[in-house]
Amino acid sequence: MIEFKMPSLGADMDAGTLVEWLKKPGDAVKRGDIIAVVDTQKSAIEIEVFADGILDRLLVEPGQRVPVGTVMATIREPGDLADAGLPPKAVPSSASPPAAKSSAPVAPASAPLVAARGEPRATPAARRRAVELGVEIASVLPGPEGVIGLGEVEAAAGARAPAKPQRPGGISFDEMRKAIGAAMARSHREIPHYYVSSTLDVSPLMAWLEAENTRRPVPERLLYAAPLIRAVARALMDSPELNGHYVDGRYDPAEHVNLGIAVAMRGGGLIAPAILAAETLDLAAIMERLRDLVARVRGGRLRSSEMTAGTATITNLGEGTADSLMPLIYPPQVAIVGCGRIVERPWIVDGKIEAAKLMTVTVAGDHRISDGRRAAAFLMNLDKLLQSPETL
Amino acid sequence: MTDNDIAKLVQSALFAVAPDLEGETVGPDVPFRDQFEIDSMDFLNFVIALHKATGIEIPERDYPKLESLDKAVAYLKAKGFAQ
Amino acid sequence: MTGGRKITYREAVREALREALTRDERVFLMGEDVGRYGGAYACSMGLLAEFGEERVRDTPLSESGFVGAGIGAALGGMRPIVEIMTVNFSLLALDQIVNNAATLRHMSGGQLSVPLVIRMATGAGRQLAAQHSHSLECWYAHVPGLKVVAPATVADARGMLWTALCDPDPVVIFEHAALYNDESEVAAGGDLAVDIASAAVRRQGTDATLVTYGGSLKKSLAAAEVLAKDGISCEVVDLRSLRPLDDRTIMASVAKTHRAIVVDEGWRTGSLAAEIGTRTMEQAFFDLDAPVGRVCSAEVPIPYPKHLETAATPQVDGIVAAVRGALRR
Repeated sequence: MIEFKMPSLGADMDAGTLVEWLKKPGDAVKRGDIIAVVDTQKSAIEIEVFADGILDRLLVEPGQRVPVGTVMATIREPGDLADAGLPPKAVPSSASPPAAKSSAPVAPASAPLVAARGEPRATPAARRRAVELGVEIASVLPGPEGVIGLGEVEAAAGARAPAKPQRPGGISFDEMRKAIGAAMARSHREIPHYYVSSTLDVSPLMAWLEAENTRRPVPERLLYAAPLIRAVARALMDSPELNGHYVDGRYDPAEHVNLGIAVAMRGGGLIAPAILAAETLDLAAIMERLRDLVARVRGGRLRSSEMTAGTATITNLGEGTADSLMPLIYPPQVAIVGCGRIVERPWIVDGKIEAAKLMTVTVAGDHRISDGRRAAAFLMNLDKLLQSPETL
Repeated sequence: MTDNDIAKLVQSALFAVAPDLEGETVGPDVPFRDQFEIDSMDFLNFVIALHKATGIEIPERDYPKLESLDKAVAYLKAKGFAQ
Repeated sequence: MTGGRKITYREAVREALREALTRDERVFLMGEDVGRYGGAYACSMGLLAEFGEERVRDTPLSESGFVGAGIGAALGGMRPIVEIMTVNFSLLALDQIVNNAATLRHMSGGQLSVPLVIRMATGAGRQLAAQHSHSLECWYAHVPGLKVVAPATVADARGMLWTALCDPDPVVIFEHAALYNDESEVAAGGDLAVDIASAAVRRQGTDATLVTYGGSLKKSLAAAEVLAKDGISCEVVDLRSLRPLDDRTIMASVAKTHRAIVVDEGWRTGSLAAEIGTRTMEQAFFDLDAPVGRVCSAEVPIPYPKHLETAATPQVDGIVAAVRGALRR
């Protein structure tokens, strides 16, 4: 029998609170599987298991805070008999701090029996509120009796702390930062990123755009983001290895380009809702979708499909920012295109130095699906499209 | 129409495109972009809102003249928007 | 409306009876000891002298007989008020009420009406032991064809009777025996009739909803007062009508507070509390932040000794504990 213990997740950690079990007794687990989420006061951390076997007994309830080294669960190795309800060993192994002995992790007698199911015990109202607030129920720390109620959800969303700035729609800055952190940590941990970048001459695009906008009445004017999105979407259609979802070890290239648009929130934070089937839309339609998306990001009213359907993402730094960026892929996507600001620089055309408007475009790709060569081909393709803006 | 009235009009155009700013104090001479993290989409929407409220055609090259509250008021006045 | 005055629940019932007898000559009161004795709970004291034997009639000790007679009189165009001493005794008349009064409109294809009002005392708290103290309101609330109301306040005791008499179908009025001495302000004159279809919010609150009726209303209000001292804000819904139930008022309150506790002096099993809890889960499931709680009577015949009677029925402490449980604090 293997003992699964509360790990030390940092030099300053002496105890942790179990947020939830992700596996239930009887489940097969293998080394590297995440079986629990533990809150360390700094953040919620997914805990991996370091042995293969069958999860036998869960000894700690969600909501319980236990010292590092406490046995949280037992794992049956091949050949072990199922634990026939014997009490868990009260004495932790020698590696555990002595303090753990006196606080052996035995569930309280009144503990609800359903806790071992590994699902958070959240009330219907709490679940609905969590959806409204954009809070992941699994990230909410249970309250008394191990129950996640309205109060716990609202506390998690910062909704009860008026001192914390609130976004429209009730999303808290803290919660958003946590969500970005979780997603990017996963990206960084799981996706073997590679980066390929080129500096593209966007002078033709900008000249065309200026002429176009002079011609157009104010309400119909375009931002350069619109032709850029269109060009990226079209180029992605020819790069199936950069456009799709990688889930459970399997890659599904997408039929359409649902292009996630990274939109910055005032005060910090980022959301990347998708423009669905962007390759099918003309500039006016893209402009309209973009305007609508930005408005709804500001108003906190995004739809779940926009948040989950993205097949690739574009992040465009825009004016007054930086020349280039190295973005992280948003899982389960496999690529992200980062556009730096447009700068005017000397540029050699046909052996002559000219002033040109330049944009450095960086593609982050997923090495599990493709290599840098694919992304380079995408950049060449994108460059070609941007040189003929009138065809976009 | 006084300068004050025009300033109010400019502010309401700003808040209409960025409702999350409603109630913020707008510094008269600080660019909106620096004050409120206004991005290009916000700015375009702001120009459209000004155009709709005043009827003035605002060419793209004039955008820098609208970058702060004071500048925007001066620009609209120069364009003959006073009545 | 003229200025208020203080009267007891008993006086309110008596006034309502007097008003009915005065306003409509088809109205008459009958029951055991309602005449010479003035009613088991003295509600009809003095009415015999005032209205005479034709209109205030003492009956033999035969619930089935005089309720049946009331049904016949109602079919014949009268507006009888039949008093049954307690809900326990009304079981002798169940056949008349359930098989005749409640069914005749439907069985006659709408040709027959039974505009009968039956009043009866209900509930514990007066050490009258197991044969006089039960709360069987839900037995009647189960039956289509009846309307069942429970005036919990002096104003409702004063105002429900006339509305019940105006109804073309049988109405059963439950007067909780522990309420007769309660005193409260009511309007001095004017039309005091009240509706008999809606629930009333007796106290506004935000943290939990106490759904109750009859004799448990004042206990629920007292519990809300105790909890308010700890910063817990309870809304108290007085059902008033037990059939039909005013789902809308209950659900609106639960949508606001997210927690519901039903306080019902009936036994838990198969109770009105069970019905309300189920409806709440059917209609307000996604509003709930805690399982619907119930504070009901212990599943024993109501005991005679004071301390056991108290222990067997809903009390303020139990209601307070149930609210805290729902709030998990």
